[in-house]
This record gives sequence, structure tokens and C-alpha cells, in this order.
Amino acid sequence: MADTEYAEVFREEAGELLEELETSLLELEKDPADLKIVSRVFRAMHTIKGSGAMFGFDDIAGFTHHVETALDKVRDGTVPVSTELIDLTLASRDYIRALLDAATGGGQADPAEGERIIAALQVLVGGGALGKEQAASAPAAPEEEKDPTAGRPTHYRISIKPSPDFFVGGNTMEALLAELNKLGESTVFMDAEQEDVGALILLTTDRGGNAIEDVLVFAESSCQVAVTVLAVEGEEDLVEHKKLGEILLERGEISPDDLKTVLARQKPLGELLVGEKLVSRTSVDAALAEQKLVREAKEKATVAKGAESIRVASEKLDQLINLVGELVVTQARLTQVASHHKDSDLVEPVEEVERLTAELRDCVLNIRMLPIGTTFAKFKRLVRDLSAELGKEVAMVTEGAETELDKNVIDQLGDPMVHLIRNSIDHGVESPEERQQAGKPRKGTITLAAQHSGANVVITVTDDGKGLDTERLRQKGLEKGLLRADMELSEQEIWNTIFVPGFSTAKTVTSVSGRGVGMDVVKSTVDALKGSVSVTSSIKGQGTTITIMLPLTLAIIDGLLVKVADTHFVLPLSQVEECVELTREDIARFHDRRMLPVREQLVPYVRLRDFFAISGERPAREQMVISRINGERFGLVLDDVVGEHQTVLKSLGWIYRNATGLSGSTILGNGHVALILDVANVMKCARQEEHDALAN
Amino acid sequence: MSAKNEAVQSQATQYLTFMLREEGFAIEISKVREVLDVTTMTRIPRMPAYLSGVINLRGNVVPVMDLGLKLGMGSIEYSKNTCIMIVELEVDANLVEMGVLTDSVQMVLDLSPEDIESVPKMGTNLNTEFIKGMGRQTEDKFLIILDIDKVLASEGEAALREMDSGGSIQLRESKPEETAGAEA
Repeated sequence: MADTEYAEVFREEAGELLEELETSLLELEKDPADLKIVSRVFRAMHTIKGSGAMFGFDDIAGFTHHVETALDKVRDGTVPVSTELIDLTLASRDYIRALLDAATGGGQADPAEGERIIAALQVLVGGGALGKEQAASAPAAPEEEKDPTAGRPTHYRISIKPSPDFFVGGNTMEALLAELNKLGESTVFMDAEQEDVGALILLTTDRGGNAIEDVLVFAESSCQVAVTVLAVEGEEDLVEHKKLGEILLERGEISPDDLKTVLARQKPLGELLVGEKLVSRTSVDAALAEQKLVREAKEKATVAKGAESIRVASEKLDQLINLVGELVVTQARLTQVASHHKDSDLVEPVEEVERLTAELRDCVLNIRMLPIGTTFAKFKRLVRDLSAELGKEVAMVTEGAETELDKNVIDQLGDPMVHLIRNSIDHGVESPEERQQAGKPRKGTITLAAQHSGANVVITVTDDGKGLDTERLRQKGLEKGLLRADMELSEQEIWNTIFVPGFSTAKTVTSVSGRGVGMDVVKSTVDALKGSVSVTSSIKGQGTTITIMLPLTLAIIDGLLVKVADTHFVLPLSQVEECVELTREDIARFHDRRMLPVREQLVPYVRLRDFFAISGERPAREQMVISRINGERFGLVLDDVVGEHQTVLKSLGWIYRNATGLSGSTILGNGHVALILDVANVMKCARQEEHDALAN
Repeated sequence: MSAKNEAVQSQATQYLTFMLREEGFAIEISKVREVLDVTTMTRIPRMPAYLSGVINLRGNVVPVMDLGLKLGMGSIEYSKNTCIMIVELEVDANLVEMGVLTDSVQMVLDLSPEDIESVPKMGTNLNTEFIKGMGRQTEDKFLIILDIDKVLASEGEAALREMDSGGSIQLRESKPEETAGAEA
């Protein structure tokens, strides 16, 4: 197969294109008349075909070619955009994905599926003028039927970049160029020494684009070929003509910026060509090199429809983040040492280092931040397919797609989100008929929303379906032995049972959900990400909201350093609401019952010294840090609050993975290890233990 | 270590010998990364007493085990000879470091297979699974060669008898599933 390194490049590039293709197709479904989207779809397919062939993915190039041919008919307006067409194109996208995975050693593609899609596409577009060609299934059907350039002397720019395969087949560039020369007057730019780099041909011919295609057809599978109309003679203003611009753009061979460059100047042809030759010509001046670079960058930007970017392996980033983490720790140590010395000459640069380190940390963490919208977009397809499969009408709305989140978090969020959306469509949203009876619009809505909230990101999946049936959940819980009949549970607590493993309320087990897995997977994944998940359901029949709260990043958190005897603990600052004092009088006033009124509300507390069995006398004035867990205020009582501390999270190691009330550790400025408190877990355990103690 | 190994002929293996109470023990030196003096240790509350806590080893948080407690011989008493052997072990195909607290580290010793006797079926007062063999140091002096992987990976028995005063600890099966480095 293709060279693995290039294969990887192609795989990534094609992956992006396929995603773009999917997004465009779904947009097209909404707005079938928008020719711009058709062009985008076509362009994506075209690029996949081109680079597929270039990197030796012949099966992908071959298959894509057929799809492209069909899409071309759509672009011409010969075939209308229909749901069937979109279905087939989406299926093609999946098949290309499968081919891609198969080629890179993951899974297998079923050639029968490919044939099925091609056959169906041919039937669909068969009514068009190209029907005969489709029937003959010519592997290289011409890309365009109407050729506005035939009969007029036209200037073409033809760029041929051969892959090694091209030469293996016994082809030579010379032979190819000779063929092209027969068509008309051609000027060839090629470094004879480096035949494999490729060639740029300026061809003037009156035989039309099809004739050129015919010559290039056999090379197309092993070369990257791009044919561009530069100008049509005798029709100066055709250059201005919208139609030509459209054609060029539709072919995806040039970007709008390209076009502008060409149009803006009448004579820059030569310059432009020299620019193209940059790779092989040594006598290119800097200005042209710059021009080319700018243009290439712009082309890239159009393809990736994002800012300029470079690809970096994520391990490199992780390494960088680890190093910055170490730096943060060392810097904290330095600050501590400097404060001991009380040397103003030292303090100043140390403060500077502190500021720079903080900036560096934010910068580095920011590199790994990605907008969550990339993940949201993937679910559109899921919603579409699932609702069709289940006979429901569901629209997906997204909010806050630009919210940024750590890449590692986003990556791991995919599966839980899929589960949530599946659940919403399967269990939540009713059938169109039921909805009408309930006086709701036929079409259900699922809203995916993301927003920042302090150091957290809150992601919600909301549906306007029938909501949670508290009574049924309770019954189910009893049946499964997850609840006991004598338990007095709030509505919220009953809802929370959906996160318990083995719980499923769907009356029928469908392929979509209802296998008793799903929600517990969501919970465990979110837990692993140090986040929390909760469910709320409004009054019956008005839908369900699942809320996932996640920390922005997993590597470094802002913490509050506290002390019990000699042991240091760190609380994630995001979990701290306020700190109050707890005096002996307070304790006496409540007769040792562990609660304290704070802002006219009784807050229960746990004394860490007792909870962790730390020996020693407790001070007369203790400190209480108040957190809010699942909407309840809860206090942790400790000896002393030291201050804020930037914390690089470290695992406690496998042997302590079951440690109670702790989520990890961190290294303090003095080199000692402090433990990171898991406040929610402390509260849960303390409550359980009190419960158990009373039961005995 | 490998360089030293080359110098030793035949199948002789190098062992690091150490003391627990008055008794000599040994583990394969290839398992030992380094030996440290005792440093500040942070106790992890509500864990079995044989887990002494964690130390900062050049920026890494490494758990430390009290081998005396683990083997049911009583807690290590700190002295100037007390030290921590950093041992490397494999947990689910990942190499993890772990500190082992001992009374003192003695020497590096070459033992060939004929110097090692099999484990007596009874009489050692130790879980025989933890013992690889009895190494003959001199005519009448034997060392207990520990299978340190098994000692460290097991979370049972001695561990559960010697519980921290800190409260209830649930019984756990000994299946080291997760490994270090899950975060950070």
C-alpha cells in the first residue's frame, strides 16, 4: 500500500474532508436549492479523489470518482437534490471512511456495499444525459458534459504531480506531455532532473476541456492532476463573467482568493506560473516565494475553514504540558524560598518569573483547547439517522459551540454524548403522533448546549420529550433491587437511579438503547474526567435535561491549600464557596451536632481530622470550607487555611486508587506531597458512615 | 546493573540483601531502581497501615510500603539505617515504581541456582507465595529471597489484619486493575 507516512497524512486530511462533507450534506438537506453547498460537497469529494489517487489509495479514488460523477449531475442541475441522493451520498461517505480505515489497518470495507451505492447512484442520476455512460460504467467518465470552452482557443494551466506509482506503470512524463502537445501549443515547466516532482503545463488549445481530460484520464489515478482555465481568447470579459468564476470555484481547483489574483491583473500569468515552479527553480526571487506562500496558506485555510494551523502530535503537547507543570511547581518553590530571604533584589525577578510562569501555563493549556462545536457537529448525523430509524422527527439545536475545552476531555466526551443523545431520541422524544396528541409540535427538539462556568464547562443535553416518569423509575428500581420499598426518596434521588449500572426503563429493547448500559457509562466517564452529571426533568411531559459539568482541564487546577495537623490538603478552588470560622462556642451551641448556621442556613459539616483519623488536639478556632455539592451546602472543618495554590495533579498511583475522599496528589513548594480532596466523595462517605453507625 | 551482570559468569544472579528486624532478605537487583534515605512521607488516610504513604521522587509521587507490616513482622522502626528501596514492578503491562521501606540495605550478592534452596512448605511463618527461595549466604546463614512483584501486587491478608486505626476499610479483591498515571 501507500507509504505509511503519507498514508497517515492522507488519512487525517480525508478524515477532515469527510467530516466537512457530512456537515455540508446535512446542510444541503435543509436547503436543497443552495448551489454553494452542492459545490462544497462536490469539492470535498473531488479533493478526496485527487489526494486518494495521489497517495495510492486507488480503491478510494475509484469509488469516489463514481460519486463525484453523480454529484456533477446535481451541480449541473440535471438531477435534483433529493433525500435519496443525500442518503446515498452519506452512505458513500461512510463507505469511503470504511475504505480508509481498512487501508490503514482498521476494520474491513465490504466491496458489495460500494457496488450497491454506485448502482443506486447510477439509477438515481440515470435519467440524465449521461445515462449511457453510467450504464457502461466507464471508470473514467468525463467530469463535465457541457464544455463552454470547446471551439475557442483557451489557455489552460495544467499541473501534474505524479506519484511513484505513475512511473512504476512504465509511464513517463515526456509521453504524457507529448500527448498534451498534440492538442495545441504548450509550454512546459519541468525540471528535467526531477521528473517525479511534477510539471506545470501552459496549454493553449481550441479542443476544449474534454479533450484534455481524455489525455489525462489514464494518469489521473496515479497523479494529482489539476486543470485550470486561465483565459479564453477573444473574450476578454469572459474572465469577468460570473459563470467562469463559478466553474473554476466549483471545480475546487482554485480558491476565491486565487481567482481574485488572476482577475485582478491581466498580465500576471507569467509571474503566477513562475510562482508555481518555485519548487524546482532556483532563480525565483523572494517576492514570488512570498506570494506563493501566502496563496498556499489561503488555500489551506479555505479547505480547513479555520485559522491557519499546524499539526502537532498530541504526545508532544502532553510533554510540554508536563514540563510546564513541573515549572509551575518549581516556581512555587522559588517564590517560597525568596519570601524567606526577604531580599528585595531577589523578590522582584521572582515575581516576574511567577507572572511569566502563569502566563506560560495559560498559554500552553490554551493550545490544547478546542471548541466543542467539532464534537457537536458529529452528532447531527446521529440525530438524523436515529430519528429516521425510530420513526421520529427530531431536530438538533446547538448552543455555545465555540466553548473551548481541553482536547483530552473532548475526546473522551464523545461516547457519553452519543449515549445521551440516543437516550433522548429513544426514550425522551415521543413519536410525531403522540406529540400531536399532547399538543406539542410534531418535531421534537434536542438541544446541545455548552457554556463556561468558572473553571468548569457545563454541557447540557435537553429534549422536549415526555420527561422522566418518576413512578416508573421507582418501580423499576424496586424490581431491580436498586431501591428499597422503605426508602423515602426525593424525586431527584429517584431520577439519579438512571445512572446506576443495570438500570433501563425502555419497555422494548431496541438496537438503540435499552440494554441497561448507557447512563452508567456516561456517569463513569464523566467521573473519570473529574466532572459530575445530573439529570432534571420538569413536570411530567415537558422534557429532560442532562447536565454534565467538567473541569476545563485535567492537568493543572487552582486549589486552596489547607492543613490538618501536619498534613496538607488541596481543595479544588472551583468547589470552594466560602470559608468561615468554627469556634468552640459554636460547637457547644449545637451540642456537638455537626452543623453551623451560615447565612441563615444550617450547613452540615465533617471534621477532616476525624474523617481521616489524624491524631492530635484540634485548635480552638477551626476553619470551615464550604462547598456546594449537587446543590447542597456542605462544610469541611480543618485546622488552617494556608492559601491559594496552583496544583499540578499527580496520580496517587494504582495502589491508592481506592483511597477515600482523595482524588490525587500534588507536590508543594517545599517538596512535600499534599493530597487533593474529593469533596463530593468525602460527603458521600461521611453520610454513608453516619447512616451505617445509626443502623447498628 | 547489566554491566555488572556481564562480569558474573554462568547463571549467577545478583541480589540486593537487606534486613528486616534481625533477619536477612534479598530481592533480585534488577528490580531495584535505587535506594533512598527516608524522606518526608505523606500518609494517605484510611488506607491499610502497611501502606506508609507517598514520597516525592524528583517530581513523581511514589507510594511506599512498610515491608515489615506487609509481611506481618511489625512496623519498621526508623533509624539512621532505615531506607527506601525504589522497586520497579509491572502492573498490567505498565512499569510502576514503588518504594519499599526496610530497616537497612546490606550488600549486593551473587547467588547461583545451586545456592538457592526451595521454600520449606511450612515453618517460615510467611505467605510462601511471597518467597522465591532460601538463598545460602554462608554455610549456616540463609536469606529469604522475596518475590517482590507478588508482595507488592497483593493487597490481601497481612494487609487486612493490620488495619489503620482510621476507620472501616472495605475488603478488596487483589486485582490491580488501574495503574498509576491515570491523570496529570
